[in-house]
Amino acid sequence: MSEMTLIPSPPVTDGLVAVVKRDCPTCELVTSVLEQVAAADSVVVFTQDDPAFPENLSPTDDTNLDFSWHHHIETVPTLLRFVDGVEQERIVGWSREQWESFTGLTDLGPGLPDHRPGCGSLSVDPTLSDMLAVRFRGDVLVSKRIEIAELEDEMEAAFDRGWSDGLPVIPATEARVLRMLDGTSRGPQEVVGIIPPNLVEATVEQVAINAVMAGCKPEYFPVVLAAVEAACRDEFNLHGLLATTYFAGPVMIVNGPVTKRINMNSDGNVFGQGNRANMTIGRALQLVVRNLGGGRPGEVDMAVQGASSKLGLCFAEREYDSPFSSLATERGTEEGADALTLFAGFGPTPIIDQLSRTPESLARSFAEVLKTMGHPKLVIGFDAMLVISPEHGHVFADAGWDKARLRAELDQLLTLDTDDLIRGANDIAEGLPEAFAGSQVPKYRAGGLHIVHAGGNAGLFSSVLGGWVSGAKGSEPVTALISAWA
Amino acid sequence: MRNDLTMTTTVLDPTAGTATSQVPKAERLTSLDGAVVALLDISKPRGDVFLNRVSERLAEHGATVMRFTKPTFARVAPLDLRQEIASQCDAVIEALAD
Repeated sequence: MSEMTLIPSPPVTDGLVAVVKRDCPTCELVTSVLEQVAAADSVVVFTQDDPAFPENLSPTDDTNLDFSWHHHIETVPTLLRFVDGVEQERIVGWSREQWESFTGLTDLGPGLPDHRPGCGSLSVDPTLSDMLAVRFRGDVLVSKRIEIAELEDEMEAAFDRGWSDGLPVIPATEARVLRMLDGTSRGPQEVVGIIPPNLVEATVEQVAINAVMAGCKPEYFPVVLAAVEAACRDEFNLHGLLATTYFAGPVMIVNGPVTKRINMNSDGNVFGQGNRANMTIGRALQLVVRNLGGGRPGEVDMAVQGASSKLGLCFAEREYDSPFSSLATERGTEEGADALTLFAGFGPTPIIDQLSRTPESLARSFAEVLKTMGHPKLVIGFDAMLVISPEHGHVFADAGWDKARLRAELDQLLTLDTDDLIRGANDIAEGLPEAFAGSQVPKYRAGGLHIVHAGGNAGLFSSVLGGWVSGAKGSEPVTALISAWA
Repeated sequence: MRNDLTMTTTVLDPTAGTATSQVPKAERLTSLDGAVVALLDISKPRGDVFLNRVSERLAEHGATVMRFTKPTFARVAPLDLRQEIASQCDAVIEALAD
């Protein structure tokens, strides 16, 4: 439960308070006991279903469940004691021993059984919980309410209003947004980040609305919030990434136990369809950019062809049998921490190698594909993310190669003669300026080749997620702790 | 959730809602003669080729040309650069294309 400012609960008078409903045999049973208690002490009785029950105790009508909801009544009967307006203690159900101890009275309920369990409180009835949440917590939501008219289809209405990335969105009702907010301890009006291009302050509530629309569950929400916060860091350059004519968008790699808790996919079809967390978390970030930042294709988003990964590309690293240190720990988070890394990229580009059984041979295959990213004659400006599958990973693990060893090999293989790269070489106008002739250059800047482990058990394929303008001139990958938003 | 009585659905606005304020366009120049025109190169390849030609043509119309360069095309122009252009020039032309 998030720490929201609740609608103030109704005032209580000091002393004993009982909460009952007629539709509960145990409540019927304790009516005579409550009469005994009332004769000796004062007791205020709240009744949840029938305002006339119990007849001789002048019950207080709680059919709107105001008292029950605010005092988290889970069982009826519940007997509570208030001192100076604060609850001191409570008991639930019927137990002669407990009731006598609680009230200080003796000989309660002669002829009754010693104990009976209570019944469920209407305030926690699952069929009422959404309605009650909106009734009692709805005021924490400050966003504009939009009425979808009777003859309007609510799914079509979202398209008509420009709120969709082209796929249907879940209508962000108050009840759904309140449930999403339960996924974080952060207050709804906290600012998560400044969203380009319109430089709008996005609150937790506004991110929650878009997370609902993307299809997220509340347990995904800390990941979404961490992603929005990370994307808004200056070094990630979300504005430029949104505006570029290139293919890239925010790619999200999630590490840590959270990936299992929310059932993210790190295995088969890791970049594909079929996993709700993978599909919706990345989408939520992109809907925030669209709806809050105002970043839309054809407007500030000038992508010449774009990529389907711009709907939202989010996946978990396969850590449990990885031969390598994880992306997050390599980037400085503690082992076992829940973290996400944002990378300006798109993908995937396949690497086929079904014959290499030595790390040297396989690294050469990787390098040959890595050389071609963007253009074989263009270097340094763009990063890349090499995503190694388990079967390819075995080749390195069996040979005792860790990530540093592989990277050293790739660095060497990706050091290129500029004579092959200058403008006009190989009869291709594109390339490096003539002034670079006669030397060697790396394909990727130092630290510009990122390596992660993901994919299904079978298949001698790996891939590259192409990057975008890197570093201070473009986008620097960022890693953020998810626990900060839990 | 469909409200039982009215059959309408209430949803929350996913947009910023308040970001629709209109910013008026800067006043257009009526003549180039004597005007100070900024040419902003965003650092894309061959943007200079385009801007060199624009510069020649502007000079023919009596404009004074000042040249500026964004450090990188992939980021918004730094605030200092934008203020420098705004304070020193009457108009700005940006070379966007490769």
